[in-house]
Amino acid sequence: MQISNSYDYQSNPATKDTPWIRRIFIVIAVLFMVVMLVIPLLAVFYEAFKSGWQLYIASLVDPEAVEAIKLTLITAAIVLPINMVLGIAIAWLVTRYQFKGKQLVTTLLDLPFSVSPVVAGLMFVLLFGLNSTLGGWLEGMGFQIIYAVPGIVLATLFVTFPFVARELIPLMQTQGDSEEQAALTLGATGWQTFWHVTLPNIKWALLYGLILTNARAMGEFGAVSVVSGHIRGETNTMPLLVEIAYNDYNFTAAFALSSLLAALALVTLLIQQVMTKLQERKFAKSERLVSAPELPVSANATVPTSQDKP
Amino acid sequence: MSATSSSASKPLKKGWLTRLRQRNVLPGFGLSMGITVFSLSLLVVLPFAMMAYTTTQMGWTGFWETITQPQVTAAIKLSLWMSFLAMLTNMVFGTLVAWVLVRYEFWGKSLINALVDLPFALPTAVTGISLATLYAPNGLIGQWFAKFDIQVAFTPIGIWLALVVVSFPFIVRAVQPVLAELSVEFEEASAVLGANRFTTFRKVILPELLPALLMGAGMMFARATGEYGSVIFIAGNIPMQSEILPLIIISKLEQFDVQGASAVALFMLLISFVILLTINIVQWKLSRRVGAR
Repeated sequence: MQISNSYDYQSNPATKDTPWIRRIFIVIAVLFMVVMLVIPLLAVFYEAFKSGWQLYIASLVDPEAVEAIKLTLITAAIVLPINMVLGIAIAWLVTRYQFKGKQLVTTLLDLPFSVSPVVAGLMFVLLFGLNSTLGGWLEGMGFQIIYAVPGIVLATLFVTFPFVARELIPLMQTQGDSEEQAALTLGATGWQTFWHVTLPNIKWALLYGLILTNARAMGEFGAVSVVSGHIRGETNTMPLLVEIAYNDYNFTAAFALSSLLAALALVTLLIQQVMTKLQERKFAKSERLVSAPELPVSANATVPTSQDKP
Repeated sequence: MSATSSSASKPLKKGWLTRLRQRNVLPGFGLSMGITVFSLSLLVVLPFAMMAYTTTQMGWTGFWETITQPQVTAAIKLSLWMSFLAMLTNMVFGTLVAWVLVRYEFWGKSLINALVDLPFALPTAVTGISLATLYAPNGLIGQWFAKFDIQVAFTPIGIWLALVVVSFPFIVRAVQPVLAELSVEFEEASAVLGANRFTTFRKVILPELLPALLMGAGMMFARATGEYGSVIFIAGNIPMQSEILPLIIISKLEQFDVQGASAVALFMLLISFVILLTINIVQWKLSRRVGAR
């Protein structure tokens, strides 16, 4: 998440910048963010509502749009529970045991982050495409994966599955396993330990990981675009329909759907902020309880060490 | 005699799975290992192996012929060049934004801080159509550029712009925590020794930020070379001029040239592998220098 400290740099002569430098830097930074991020975001809503409410609503209740929204929700509803189980299992394995090949697991876990979404989609086309051995065999059994919903789910799983584990691993690493050990010593079964000790400890990080997963799952474009094959009304998710509408010069429909996705992004950011604030407050509380009150606030507020000046 | 030998061999009778791990009484090793191995194999290992297999089927010459097709080399050059320019841009502005967020207090700071992550949360297709509409010759921003005869959308400038936007958070989020953790004593010492703020930044702060900055830049570059959704709407996609590498894969797939597509994909994987390797080597060198100091 975000690191912040409450050190007042501008009242220390050694870290103070001249006021005009400070003003210029703030203006450049804010202007850059406004031009690059805020204006494109606002433009989405502006373009969506430009032709009036009626057209906006009409383009959202259009059968094609409804189908796309439905498919996006179905995909998220399948991907989220799977990711939750996978994320917990991987985080549990990596943080609770020492075993050979642990490095391999964490490396493979990071791989989807460094692979282009298009390459990810292509890999599933190669694996399950109709002219591949596996795809042909599954087709014979009556299962179609590529250019159908299962392909979309698989591609989305590939691009999203590190999110939950990546949120859980640092937390579970710092928490350690002493509480679980204690529960076992007191006679709890493995599942009891998990439900009553582990899960309450990780619930917020888990929720946060799932929110990130959801945002990416609903918004994924590249990978899904490759595996879906763009069959109208059948395998279009919301981002894919955005592309089709845009290329058909149906801008109101494209931006109306985009506005829903942009709203989802804003909600995701809002939840992220609230959770960061909550965590900071909790951290500050525990800090106050643990550390001696006379310790000064320094630039390294998180780790009071001997190099802190009085 | 026989009793001792049987008790000595007892640990060896445990399953192979249990021998993988080192002593921990917590249950669930088998279950979590099973889920992990199954999911990683199905989602990561198998698809990768399949792609490598498809490419090896066409042989080295086939691979090389695909990569050296004029349309493909043009796309490789364009993708790498635009990603590099976007990386330089974000190294400057990302560091600046991180600096402003850590060092200064101003109205709206927490909002700006929250908005840094927007490109990660906003679907790339949404970013793409929004930028394309804004910067089109008749768009809200594009019409101003049109007055100076500059066309942003549907040219490589548009590609650069989209890449800057979608990969913006990487460098800010890499530099920000390091800057916040940086001890003020370094700067105090530098000031006491008579250095001005610029010298202090160049000689004291920047070397401390460099590993994080390069890490963020490398991740950003890797992401930018593979970016698809935000770029295709604004790029124009004219072959040899404004066609990016991921789009080559898509167009090869549309012509049912599966092997050609997988050759290009493998080449892209090689690029990101080289980038990640370079970052690691540079970081290792830098940390050694810092350690030796």
